Amino acid sequence: MINFNLFVLPFSLGLLYLILKIGKDWYKWITTLSPIDKVKFTSGIRNPIQILISLKEVFFEVLIHRKMWKRNPLLGYMHMSFALGWFLLIILGNIESRFYSGTHLNAPYYPIFLKFFIHDKLVIFFEVYAVPRFFRFIMDLLLLYILSGLLLAFLKRKKSRWFGMKRVTRYQLTDHVALTTLWLIFPMRLLAESFTAGYYGSGGGFMTQPLGNFLAWIVPLPTDLVAYTMWWGYSLVLGIFFVTLPYSRYMHIPTEVLLIFFRNFGIKPKKWYSGYSDTEVHSCSRCGVCLDVCQMNLAGIHDSQAVYFIRDVRDKYVSEQISRKCLVCGRCQEVCPVGIHSDSLRLIKRRELSSGQDADYSFVSVSTGRTAEVVYFSGCMSHLTPSIIRSMKGIMEVAGVSYLHLDENRSICCGRPLMLAGKDRQAHDLVEFNKKLIRNARAGILVTSCPICYRVFKEEYNLPIRIQHHAQFLLELVRSGKIPLQSMHRRIIYHDPCDLGRGSHVYEAPRELLGKFSDLLISKEEKNNALCCGGSLGMFEADQQQRDLMTNGALDSLLTFGPEILATGCPLCKKTFGKMNRVPVKDLAELVFESIPDGRIRSASGSVFVPFHPELSSEAESI
Amino acid sequence: MKDFGYQAHRDNTIDFEKNDFRIARFLLEREPSLNLCIGCGSCTGTCSTGHFTEFNIRKIHTLIKRGETEMARKQIRQCMFCGKCQLICPRGINLRNVILGINRALEKI
Repeated sequence: MINFNLFVLPFSLGLLYLILKIGKDWYKWITTLSPIDKVKFTSGIRNPIQILISLKEVFFEVLIHRKMWKRNPLLGYMHMSFALGWFLLIILGNIESRFYSGTHLNAPYYPIFLKFFIHDKLVIFFEVYAVPRFFRFIMDLLLLYILSGLLLAFLKRKKSRWFGMKRVTRYQLTDHVALTTLWLIFPMRLLAESFTAGYYGSGGGFMTQPLGNFLAWIVPLPTDLVAYTMWWGYSLVLGIFFVTLPYSRYMHIPTEVLLIFFRNFGIKPKKWYSGYSDTEVHSCSRCGVCLDVCQMNLAGIHDSQAVYFIRDVRDKYVSEQISRKCLVCGRCQEVCPVGIHSDSLRLIKRRELSSGQDADYSFVSVSTGRTAEVVYFSGCMSHLTPSIIRSMKGIMEVAGVSYLHLDENRSICCGRPLMLAGKDRQAHDLVEFNKKLIRNARAGILVTSCPICYRVFKEEYNLPIRIQHHAQFLLELVRSGKIPLQSMHRRIIYHDPCDLGRGSHVYEAPRELLGKFSDLLISKEEKNNALCCGGSLGMFEADQQQRDLMTNGALDSLLTFGPEILATGCPLCKKTFGKMNRVPVKDLAELVFESIPDGRIRSASGSVFVPFHPELSSEAESI
Repeated sequence: MKDFGYQAHRDNTIDFEKNDFRIARFLLEREPSLNLCIGCGSCTGTCSTGHFTEFNIRKIHTLIKRGETEMARKQIRQCMFCGKCQLICPRGINLRNVILGINRALEKI
């Protein structure tokens, strides 16, 4: 057969192996989805609209790398040149090869090594149609495009800051092998095509022909032999790349496509390690975007960031310690260009690795208390910041709300701290108990002062009543005119608590509330990019010094524009920041209560509520 | 002493020869900050579970350090893990990790 040469074997075998391996993995992931997700998947692939939406996303994210462009244009260009450039090279190479072979069915290696099999002396006939010339031009252009990306990739290893990244990921051996072979593929192609074009004196494009002529002139060896060696080299690096790809970070290329389909079919992370989780884990490209946003850097922790954790999960040696070494603040999953839910993966692993000891919460008992229209659940943390509870009670008295303080004397935990430790089974008892308590109160609204409780009420409790964080509740009271506010004219900065902001997507209510009576400043890192206060209950492996470093880092960012007061909606954040005490740290409820005119407070209640002195209160609580 | 009456007191001698220090060693290795404890009892004072039962985290880890693990075995499962003890601790001890460690150790031993 004329269109065959031994050197195509490494490429062909590598490709065969890669296709089989990807097929096997895709099959594994699809079959290990949860039963409901399997139904979603099968109905999804029958729905042409969902397929089209997914394909569009694949085009924009996998080929164009839109999110990378938004992050940094250089980074976007580099990724796009590799992805889109190579993709077009394959597609156009296929089309080009058909002009020469005249059939629709070519061996897979034929388009890849086309220039070896065809040099235009044989196909002078086609020259009249200028089509090959067009293809030669466009193929050279694409190769040049990829090579420019390669140059950037090389530069990125040296000067990552130019690409908007302070840190780059530490790679494994397989990553290094795959990276080296990937980087060699395109120069090898360039050399192989150039030498061939130089030897025959035709058949090259605007780049390969002059380069080939030059090389043929300058290299003292027989050009055809050198060209042949280059084709062997090209095939070899392709083959090695294909074989190492499934075991390196480049597995993200085929996996991300499947992940995008999963996501568009409505499949969501589960509480256990399902096929979807495994797809997410293999979709991680180890790009390292999550490294820079991680606050553990400040505490000198560099082995547990999302990218390293996911790598360990993939290699199946994640330790209990690594799984627990994380704030679970969710900043990494906000910036992840692939959209991996690293927090839920982390909690899945914590669940798997947590000790199987049963808990014993038989001591809590259901009381049949009175009923009210509003149930107020202050949360454990608020008991350490009693001014929040005092303010909430004062406000509700002024507004004339009939409320029941559910955990006034004896607080029962909402269960999220247990869940963050991977003890969901043990938390179940507490959840059920609290549900009974809340139901017994027959209230219409459940208000909580703690975002940690708020999130778990929303996500795990399935309560038939409205659940509000006090920011939302107070905003409604203010809007309906039940609490009059006088402006404080103080410059306030608002800190988004992780569980309220990224966790529950409540960004605007606290800001609108603060805007009613103060001058709200904008901070550098806010909303979904907000920093964690460092006190997170999700973190188990940081000592106090490390936590303080993270807290100080967050404070530095928050206090950039010189606010008079640092406001937050979370007792844990207040407690954590309050300890550093650079400016008064106040909860939303405290600020609202202080903004109510004194007269109203006196008239609302028989006894006088004294709005405590700000300095005294923050000092008293930091003890 | 809930029930009135006379009873024979258990011997209060701490027998360092016989006591089981495996948990203590495991804990201190896992969470060295426990060494900082001054025994002030703030953790127990603020404890949510302590409002309901006799759960006493200070006593539990003090006894464990002495090699007496009986009380931990009985009580540690009652912890609700809310983390107030850790926030209130004047020495910044990572108490939630200590409790996880006790759980883990009891499971192993």
